[in-house]
Amino acid sequence: MSVYAYCVAGWVLLIGSFGIVRSRNLIQTVVCFSVAQSGTYLLLLAVGYERGGVPPIFSGPGTPAPKHVVDPVVQAMTLTDIVVSATVTALLLSLAIQIHKRTGTLDPDQLRALKG
Amino acid sequence: MTRGARTALFLVAAAVLGPLLWNVFHDIPAFGQIQHLYRDLAVRASLEQSTANVVSSINFDQRALDTLGEESIFVASVTGVMILLRPDSQERRYLPPASGAVLEAVRLVGYLMLPVTLVLGAETVAHGHLTPGGGFQGGVVLATGLHVLYVSGTYQALDRLRPIGSLDIGEAVGAAAFGGMGVAGMAVGGAFLFNLLPKGTLGNLFSAGTVPLLNVAVGFEIGCGMVVLLAQFLAQEITIAKKGRPE
Repeated sequence: MSVYAYCVAGWVLLIGSFGIVRSRNLIQTVVCFSVAQSGTYLLLLAVGYERGGVPPIFSGPGTPAPKHVVDPVVQAMTLTDIVVSATVTALLLSLAIQIHKRTGTLDPDQLRALKG
Repeated sequence: MTRGARTALFLVAAAVLGPLLWNVFHDIPAFGQIQHLYRDLAVRASLEQSTANVVSSINFDQRALDTLGEESIFVASVTGVMILLRPDSQERRYLPPASGAVLEAVRLVGYLMLPVTLVLGAETVAHGHLTPGGGFQGGVVLATGLHVLYVSGTYQALDRLRPIGSLDIGEAVGAAAFGGMGVAGMAVGGAFLFNLLPKGTLGNLFSAGTVPLLNVAVGFEIGCGMVVLLAQFLAQEITIAKKGRPE
């Protein structure tokens, strides 16, 4: 039963990749790429989840027992992942703007030959 | 390659990858299980360093070197976007005329929300070692908060409030401060990014040693860098036009 939580991550990865393949607009391609990358967040957070676990914050009222928090290591990795995803998205979007300026189209199928 | 061929290629690849993922998901630790070795080690190290937010402790203390790499990626990306989106020889910059198309009520809400959002961003950065948040998250809140001015007012108002040249330097200063603290740690403790300050009491504002300082450095860098980044995209739409085209 527990394997289905991971399957959601795999599904998001595959459906995002499918979107990239079928895309008719480069902006949409970039968004699909972000969706595919979101699968890695889900996988990381699912690996670190503990049933009944609470956030790994040890301040204020209701400080949890150290053994009953979810894994903070994968959460820190997810944060890194999100930052990298945001920077990649920014670069890809600016490439899309340049392509539109130079060729006048955002449809990947219209971009036939490489131009020097 | 045609769309049909692309789709067929994808379906073949997915038919291979899908079962592989299914196999892997059966062998990795079960979802929701209670054995987390890295959690136990990270939580213990974090509590020893009096850092209440373990995620911050990992990002800015236990594996701060990775965060240095992460913020370098951000700097590189902002630089890349600036290079890609600079006006070329066929284009020119112009300042759009101010248009008064914004409702008074929207403008009022904007001016009220601007300071609130900026304070919220600063709070997220400053308490990154105590509560969820930190330099990356707070920096983004700070940068987007500034753009409330654009939504509720005019592009000119936003332009006056964000000197791109100085923010560009601010981004570099933030990144350099992170590296500088790393070198200071090497000089004092013998390890790059060594947590050299007194750790204080768990849960206090002044605790966790260098973690809050690194948070502020990253928050400053991300805030400045994000404004520069968004400015490039806004400029494409607003202030850059082909030569000869009417404004």
